[in-house]
Amino acid sequence: MQKGKNNSRRDFLKKLSLGIGGSAVALSACNSPDFDDFLQKNFKTLSKEDIDEIILNLEKKYSEKYGKKFSVSAEPAIDNTLFGYALDLSRCIGCRRCVYACVDENNQSRDPQIHWITVLQMDKEKGIDYMHSDIHYNPELVPEEGHFYVPVACQQCANPPCVKVCPATATWQEPDGIVVVDYNWCIGCRYCMAACPYGARHFNWSEPIVPDEEMNPISHYLGNRPRPKGVVEKCTFCIQRVREGKYPSCVEICPTGSRKFGNMLDPESEIRYILENKRVLVLKAELNTQPNFYYFFGV
Amino acid sequence: MFIMKDFNSTAQKIIFFNCLIILNLFIGCNNNTSIENDLQNPVISHLEDKQNVEIAVSRPPFSDEYIFPCSECHADMEVNIEPRILEMHEEIVESYNHDSENRWCLACHDANTRDSLRLASGKLLDFKKSYKLCGQCHGDKLRDWKVGVHGKRSGDWNGKKQYLLCVHCHDPHSPHFKKLKPDPPPVKEEDIDSIE
Ligand code: HEC
Ligand code: HEC
Ligand code: HEC
Ligand code: HEC
Repeated sequence: MQKGKNNSRRDFLKKLSLGIGGSAVALSACNSPDFDDFLQKNFKTLSKEDIDEIILNLEKKYSEKYGKKFSVSAEPAIDNTLFGYALDLSRCIGCRRCVYACVDENNQSRDPQIHWITVLQMDKEKGIDYMHSDIHYNPELVPEEGHFYVPVACQQCANPPCVKVCPATATWQEPDGIVVVDYNWCIGCRYCMAACPYGARHFNWSEPIVPDEEMNPISHYLGNRPRPKGVVEKCTFCIQRVREGKYPSCVEICPTGSRKFGNMLDPESEIRYILENKRVLVLKAELNTQPNFYYFFGV
Repeated sequence: MFIMKDFNSTAQKIIFFNCLIILNLFIGCNNNTSIENDLQNPVISHLEDKQNVEIAVSRPPFSDEYIFPCSECHADMEVNIEPRILEMHEEIVESYNHDSENRWCLACHDANTRDSLRLASGKLLDFKKSYKLCGQCHGDKLRDWKVGVHGKRSGDWNGKKQYLLCVHCHDPHSPHFKKLKPDPPPVKEEDIDSIE
């Protein structure tokens, strides 16, 4: 799991050629709606009418493909909202309920397996130490003596290195702080994956596989809608849920109540309370990515 | 705390950084109509000392064994306040591990009115409000729970929320949070995606 910079770059170049291959295939399918997708302007610069039409097309396409009524929302950011997340490291027991709730809600590929959340098991003695963390721990019961757990997903950085390196402007930060990917615009170059210091971006090496009956049909264009092969995906704080006022599904599932979410601009929110009253930290602060995802000790 | 030592310097930086953010937040808050509206009609209601109590979650059901009301048996029983090994409520007696050297059942249950809990003051307390009982000795946790930091809120981050009670997560008789079987680890090939 510890790949040096060089290594990942080489890796990355290898895949770059693959990505281009993928685009060529898309080009050759001239008359399909996918070709329109290909020519589509970047999502955020489209007019309202364009968006409506794209959404309608997608809903039709997905409904046919998965045999159930699909909705694809294009709900914009709610005014005066900046989402923040805080995770209580003194409560998390590493049970991974969040990992799979996220997979189910967000239609991550089951095979090849994609997990937006990775839980790192660490030694209490060593503190936060990525070198000595273990993501494959699998005891009978958690938590294990002497360990603590650090779930990691996209940190929704205010200064996101992934966005800066995207040559296609296929990924950007929304006004509510969520870093999104337009899958129709992503060319699969994986620069963003190399740039992300949290390993939070994931690439669809092949057509993602989600059983039809498990496909969540309530989707957002910039979130959990079905992804094609060859694009990058990541946590969006469950954009399809949070823009409707609901908590992300990892917050809902967590049996320990370690996961806190809300509007940092609302002085009454629990997230604000945490920022003001608890000692919080961010991962890899020295990189100045300025995450909107915090960790704290509730004790 | 254990890891805190290593964190001190990072934490300071972060706290500094937070101050910056929070400063920004305040600036950003002027003319913030939607939030002002929320404040005028608080959908998120707070627990008693802040007005508008709302706990939409009902207490966990009593186990089938101990038919409620408790008074069905206890009303006719002679009260015996002597701490002893009971011949009833076996599971509770066996698991009982909550400062048990210093306390017995009747620190929390009322001797004469078994259908109620009892505060240290002698005041009876409905089972629905057991969090107040817990708060007598765990005031810091109760405080954090009321602001949504300890325990769990679910529902709408900007609207109606449900709270879990202390006793949803902690058995009052053996309160340590129960260990769980973890869901499966990721498959090994996924290592390429993990954090560096
Ligand atoms: C089926 C009858 C029955 C029911 C219902 C019942 N209890 Fe009891 N309980 C007993 C008996 C019998 C004892 C005394 C056992 C002994 O002395 O060894 C007892 C003892 C106790 C004691 C120890 C203190 C004392 O008075 O001896 C507590 C506390 C207690 N019960 C609480 C409860 C609560 C709370 C409920 C309702 C949720 C409940 N019980 C329901 C039969 C019952
Ligand atoms: C720290 C306070 C505390 C102590 C000490 C305590 N209880 Fe309880 N007990 C509670 C609370 C609170 C509940 C209600 C839990 C709920 O709402 O689910 C409860 C519930 C019960 C019930 C009903 C449980 C069920 O699942 O149906 C019984 C019976 C009971 N207690 C017996 C006892 C006995 C016997 C003892 C002593 C061995 C004892 N309790 C000690 C706080 C306490
Ligand atoms: C009369 C005081 C008192 C009351 C009331 C009380 N507790 Fe405790 N509790 C203690 C003490 C003392 C300890 C530490 C000793 C121990 O762990 O047994 C403790 C420990 C705990 C722990 C930590 C256990 C562990 O091993 O990690 C939890 C959780 C807890 N209490 C929850 C509760 C809940 C929930 C309630 C309400 C149903 C409650 N307590 C009511 C005194 C109290
Ligand atoms: C959503 C579940 C949940 C709820 C609700 C909850 N707790 Fe906890 N609590 C936890 C977890 C998880 C831990 C940490 C357990 C561990 O360390 O293994 C904990 C730890 C504790 C401890 C041990 C001391 C510490 O800081 O670790 C106390 C005491 C406690 N809780 C009291 C309460 C009280 C009182 C309430 C209600 C006001 C409450 N809890 C509500 C999940 C919950």
